[in-house]
Order: sequence, then C-alpha cells, then structure tokens
Amino acid sequence: MSQLNLSLKIWRQKNANEKGSFETHQVEANEHMSFLEMLDVLNEKLISEKKEPVAFEHDCREGICGACSMVINGHPHGPQQKTTTCQLHMRHFKNGDTIHIEPYRAGAFPVIRDLVVDRAAFDRIIQAGGFVSVNTGQPQDANALPVEKDQASRAFDGAECIGCGACVAACPNASAMLFVSAKVSHLALLPQGKVEAARRVQSMVKQMDLEGFGNCSNVTACEAECPKGISVENIARMNREYFAAVLKSEE
Amino acid sequence: MSLTGLFLILFLAVHLEGNLKLLYNDGGQAFNEHAHWMTTFTPIKAISYLLYLSILVHAFQGWAIWRQNRIARGSERYAVKVTRTTNTSGFAASNMGWLGTVIFIFLVLHLYQFWLQMKMGNTPMAVYEGEEYKDLYTIVAAAYTNLGYVIFYVISMVVVGFHLYHGFQSAFQTLGLNHRKYTPFIQWVGKAYAIVVSAGFAIIPIYMYLMQ
Repeated sequence: MSQLNLSLKIWRQKNANEKGSFETHQVEANEHMSFLEMLDVLNEKLISEKKEPVAFEHDCREGICGACSMVINGHPHGPQQKTTTCQLHMRHFKNGDTIHIEPYRAGAFPVIRDLVVDRAAFDRIIQAGGFVSVNTGQPQDANALPVEKDQASRAFDGAECIGCGACVAACPNASAMLFVSAKVSHLALLPQGKVEAARRVQSMVKQMDLEGFGNCSNVTACEAECPKGISVENIARMNREYFAAVLKSEE
Repeated sequence: MSLTGLFLILFLAVHLEGNLKLLYNDGGQAFNEHAHWMTTFTPIKAISYLLYLSILVHAFQGWAIWRQNRIARGSERYAVKVTRTTNTSGFAASNMGWLGTVIFIFLVLHLYQFWLQMKMGNTPMAVYEGEEYKDLYTIVAAAYTNLGYVIFYVISMVVVGFHLYHGFQSAFQTLGLNHRKYTPFIQWVGKAYAIVVSAGFAIIPIYMYLMQ
C-alpha cells in the first residue's frame, strides 16, 4: 500500500460575509482512500492539534446523494470524469502532489463555511415545478401506463441527475440549465409528468432566472463535469418544451 | 441571439458570393454591377434594414447576456479553473463575447471604409455599356494596397471563423434543434461553413494585395 504525502491548498472562510483565503496543509494519505476519507484524516489531525476542522459537505459517500460539492484542481468533483468527490480515490493522485480545493463559485450558491455552499436555490427550483401531482392510495398496476423503452431510458437518463450543482460550478456563466433541463426532461418524457409539462417548464425556468443563475451559451463544460454524465441534449429538449409552452400558454 | 445569429450566418454567405466577384479579372465590372444591384433592388434594400437591426440586436443582446453571466458567476473567482468541454469548440465557446467584440470593431471600420464611401462618399464612377456605376472596386482595390489593412482584415476573418465555429451549432442547440441523427451533421456543416467563409473572405485581400 503506497503512502501519499500531499500538500493541500484549501479555501477557508468563516461565513458568507467574511473574506476567505487559502490555507496550506500537509496530509498523509494512502491510495485506497476516497477523497473525503483523505479530508477526514486532515480533520482528525487538525482536531488533535486543537485547530478548527475544514467544513465540507458529505452524506451517502456512495455517489448518489450529490452532497460532496467542491472544486478539486479546477474541476467540480475532481478531475476524474463521471465521478463524485466521494467516489474519487487517492490512487488518481501522485505522491508529492499539491491539490487545490475550493468551494463552488456562483452568485446563487453563497459560501456558508469553508467548502460548504448553500444550494437551496436548487430546492426552490424543484419546488417551483419539479414534481408530478398524483393521487395517493393504492399503487396502480405496473403495466397500466405503457411507456416505450427508448422513452423510458431517456427519462431515466434525466432522472440520474443527483442535483449536486457541478454543472453550475463548471459553467463559465454559472448557468443551471443542465440541472433544470434534466428535471424537466425526466418528467416531461413520462406520461405521469406530461400532463403538467407546459406549466412545469415555465415555472422552473422562471425560478431559475429569479435565483440569479446565468444563461446557457452551449459551452458544454456542464456535460463534461457532470458526475452522472447528463447530456446537453436535455437542454435542447427543455428549450423546445419552453418555446412550445410559452407559445401555447394562455396564462 | 440564435435567430439573429442564424440570419447573420445567411448574410455572410450572400456577402461572400458577391465579394468573390472581386477576384474576376474584369477590372471590377461584375463586382460593381453586383454592388449596384444589391443597393438598388427594393427587396434587398428592405432586407438590408433587417440586417442592420440584427447586427445591433445581436451585439446588444450579447453584451447584456455577458453582463448577466458575470454577475451570476459571483464576486469571488476560482483560483484554479480548468474548462473541460464535450464539444470541440471549447476555446470559441468560452470566448464568444471577446470574439464578438473584435468583430464589432472590425465592422465599424469595415462599414466606414466601404459601406459609407459607397453610400455617401465621392465614389469614382465607371461606365459599362453606356450606364454609370459607382466604382466600389477601385475603393476596395486601393484599400488592399495597404499591408496593415490586409493583415487586420485577415486576422478579423480568423476571429469570424472562430465565432462561427461555435455559433453555428450553438444556434441550433439553443432553438432546441438537437437530434441524435442530425446534430452531428449540423456540427460538421457548422465547422465546414466557418472554415470556408473565413478562408473565402480572407483570400480576397491577400489575392488583391499580391496582384496589384
């Protein structure tokens, strides 16, 4: 098991109002650790030295919750493609490396502390329309609503989005189009979601603009950095849905 | 942005078709006749006003979006940022605003030098088959004896090429015209168009400079 001696340049910031700066720390990790485990080692060390540990977000640590938001060496969720920070392993780094760790930088994602940003803007976009209205009660028969295989697969491609915000962090315009379009596509492609599709796309886009996210200029950095590999095809689909909804809408 | 962009893309093809007449070895007759027709035929005059409007709307919208996006990015910048993209026009895609600014500056000079001369300046006249035509060819030929202007023109065309390289396919994507079968074709056409148009325009001053 090979040991790694790493130099970390980590962003430290007390709260949203105070100015932050980089702090350099040395940490010893081994190649089997995940990136978050390496940060755990650093925090253990800081605590034993009676220093303030680095605040970072984490939850499931299995790549499906989208909590572990940070920018590692200029890439949201690190340089490994289609990988969340928690699934990024230290074997992808070399002994003696210097690693830059920063929080997501976007106006709509203010820093709460160190590497933790407030991604509640995404929750408010979901509240604006990222749901289907269905009656509660007995689940209906599985085959009552036939869905064609291709259609189901595309909806699932959108549903893979874990709402981590890497698209916003990667986008030079801090645009949330990939996130919103993944949600819009996922629901609009299925019969249960189609009913409310026109209203949904309009209110979600409206909320997205209210939150102060930027505009899409088709740079595709979002697709390249998305830990789930969500395609920009979804953005085109959302644009289609949006134009059609605005034209047809009587509201 | 996408609609005005596509209209300007169409315009470039028409403009190039006319400009290539500068290369005919006829003392500029074909070009001058073409310029005369373009400035006097009523439907084309009508479209030309749409064109001026499109250029202004495209530039203004581009500036407004650039500004919104800067604010959206927030006050703190990344210390280390790598822009990895999945399309192949990454450089152009991230710098459309700057490329557009260069094109705008070029356009102001370009319009001042040729368009304004044609419209208001004292244009020399040429006579073909008993009819008088404004001799725009002579003005253009005179401009291209200046090496500095030829270089400026060629560099501007490279910038236009990059702007088109991203802009062509980006316009389709923004309009929602993305399709697994046709998008690769649209992207290919966009790249070919960017190269052909910018090279086509750039050849003219180089050729005329060398042939003087």
